[in-house]
Amino acid sequence: MIPVTKDTFEKEILKRKGKVLVDFNASWCGPCRMLQPVLEELEKENKNCTFASINVDDNEELSQECGVMSIPCLVLFEDGKEIDRSVGFKSLEELKEMIGE
Amino acid sequence: MYDVIIIGAGPAGLTAALYLERALKEVLVLEASSYGGQILTTDKIDNYPGLPGISGFDYSNLLYNQAKDMGAEFAFEKAIEIKDKGKIKEVITEKNTYKAKGVIIATGADNRKLGLENEDKLVGKGVSYCATCDGAFYKKKIVAVNGGGNTALEEALYLSDIAEKVYLIYRRDEFTKAEKKLVKQIEKKENIEVIFNTIITKLNEKGGKLASINIETKDEEPKTIDINGLFIAVGRVPESENFAKLVNTDEAGYIEAAEDCSTNVEGIFVAGDNRVKEVRQLTTATADGTVAATNIIKYLNDKGGK
Repeated sequence: MIPVTKDTFEKEILKRKGKVLVDFNASWCGPCRMLQPVLEELEKENKNCTFASINVDDNEELSQECGVMSIPCLVLFEDGKEIDRSVGFKSLEELKEMIGE
Repeated sequence: MYDVIIIGAGPAGLTAALYLERALKEVLVLEASSYGGQILTTDKIDNYPGLPGISGFDYSNLLYNQAKDMGAEFAFEKAIEIKDKGKIKEVITEKNTYKAKGVIIATGADNRKLGLENEDKLVGKGVSYCATCDGAFYKKKIVAVNGGGNTALEEALYLSDIAEKVYLIYRRDEFTKAEKKLVKQIEKKENIEVIFNTIITKLNEKGGKLASINIETKDEEPKTIDINGLFIAVGRVPESENFAKLVNTDEAGYIEAAEDCSTNVEGIFVAGDNRVKEVRQLTTATADGTVAATNIIKYLNDKGGK
């Protein structure tokens, strides 16, 4: 998972070709921490999607700009455009479906 | 073929798994979402004996790892039906069919919705059912909590340290359902405004986000208040509809069971918040898990397992 901040958001996500799944999270959020191992497993199995992580506490402004008001929030980008979004814990199967594997 | 399939990996289901593993039974636990259940989103647990102040996340992890280390198998799949074939039960998920000699339904409960137009659409855009999950997005903002039970009061207190102002909206004229200690804490908070005898009638959105709510107070003119976030804590509904064809439920959907957690179907037991009972707490969920496991072991040894 690539940790992303306001400074690297454009380079790592908006300018990246292909799919990027961005996980908005925080250390105090139980379901976010539950989601962590699931995302790591998904990342191991999938080479066609890039995985990025944004800590909402360290990146308040960026999270607000992305319209994140509830976490865990997963936003899927393709060629720099948002194509899907989900809020709340998701199982491995649901995530596979989301990224289209 | 398993000895027992447990549907739901909350405190009730995981406790049942512990007891069954200790009796050397083969156990499969099915979970539709993440393990832990409702307690996962609790910031701090202060009413579970022996573990003062533990977070819902830590508690869930400890219990899950305990059950897993003892040998319980897990599959993260949603159970959609149980078929009773006498001594064999089939549990059908979206992907597989699993067989077992007995089943414990420990699916718990989910947040009750207000049932207002736009409610589903605004979840994550100003409407929330979990202050500890989403509260941080409302720093210095104005929020409302709807409800008058322990959960609502806890959420209002949690939010009062983050938000500029918290309206606590309740349909009754006093907090009879909540712990007195919480009511006292609410009274002390200067930025919590309690509005009794009031219901929310409409959610108004602006630019895709919640902007205000319409409220109606008894004997007063309806009015609109501007808020950035609404936290709904008006109780729970049992997760039993997938099984209501097979097991008896009451009008609200809670599964009817005897004190031994047995249902009307032999070999099918129920544990936790989805059972007809008076008190739904973490302690009663784990107690149900214990009782259901003990009695399903008895059932398996007497007839089911033969």
